[in-house]
Amino acid sequence: MLILNCPYCGVDAEESELAAGGEAHLKRFGPGSSDEDFHDYLFMRENPKGVHLERWRHANGCGKWFHAARCTQTLEVFGTYSAQVFEPPKKIKDAITAKRPGWTWRDFS
Amino acid sequence: MSEPISALNHASYDGIAKVEECGLQGMITLRGDLSDKVLAKAVKDATGQKVPGQREAFIDGDTGVCWMSTDELLVLVPYAEVEAKLATMNNALSGIHALAVNVSDARAVFRVSGASAREVLGKLAPVDLSKEAFQPGQIRRSRLAQVAGAFWMDDTETFRVVCFRSTADYVFNLLKVAAQPGSEVGFY
Repeated sequence: MLILNCPYCGVDAEESELAAGGEAHLKRFGPGSSDEDFHDYLFMRENPKGVHLERWRHANGCGKWFHAARCTQTLEVFGTYSAQVFEPPKKIKDAITAKRPGWTWRDFS
Repeated sequence: MSEPISALNHASYDGIAKVEECGLQGMITLRGDLSDKVLAKAVKDATGQKVPGQREAFIDGDTGVCWMSTDELLVLVPYAEVEAKLATMNNALSGIHALAVNVSDARAVFRVSGASAREVLGKLAPVDLSKEAFQPGQIRRSRLAQVAGAFWMDDTETFRVVCFRSTADYVFNLLKVAAQPGSEVGFY
């Protein structure tokens, strides 16, 4: 059972209270972009064995979206953070580095 | 004018805890910047309470205010006063970015009381309801089996449960099954 701490209401919410929102930090390529960029934005997703950054929504709760950093292999959760950021905050990056030295995810490390 | 009645019109059930539908309850959903002084004054005027912090609920009988999320409060007022209170509130909030809506008739409210009340709720919601973790003065939005619901404690043995009116019958049936005689778990 996955348990994530909602950064908005402070609740340790279990999986059945949450709704998964797919990969985090996608950059949108909309009108005027090249077909290739638009294709990648629509379809290309990370599928890592290890560190992953995701969006979650506390659907049966405060209703807010947030980000979570976790490991897809061990289900270990490194931390959760605000949805209003373009990249993980330093605290989260440090927490991942402490457990998974040398990790990379897209452009982050 | 037709007479408003609540979803289950005071249905009740006695088991390891007493489950009652509470009847009509005035409710106003208030969204806005919770740190705004104008908003705080509107809440104070309507309920006599200050703006609650994270997951706090300040409730006295059928009047009070609950923290629903970082930008949302649930204001409880007596059903008969809801239109007047809402008008006053909307008037007070006219200058700021905020929204207040009467949702009284969209909700149903239950009271679960008795020594095993924690057990009954604990069977339905994925929430730690131990005495250390959940006490009067707190509100928790979660799910009750398959539908959304919120609850708080009026005293150490009484919960009040809020759900959508459309799911009132389902939630009442859930609470009845969870409160069946002889179904104590003895965990809390």
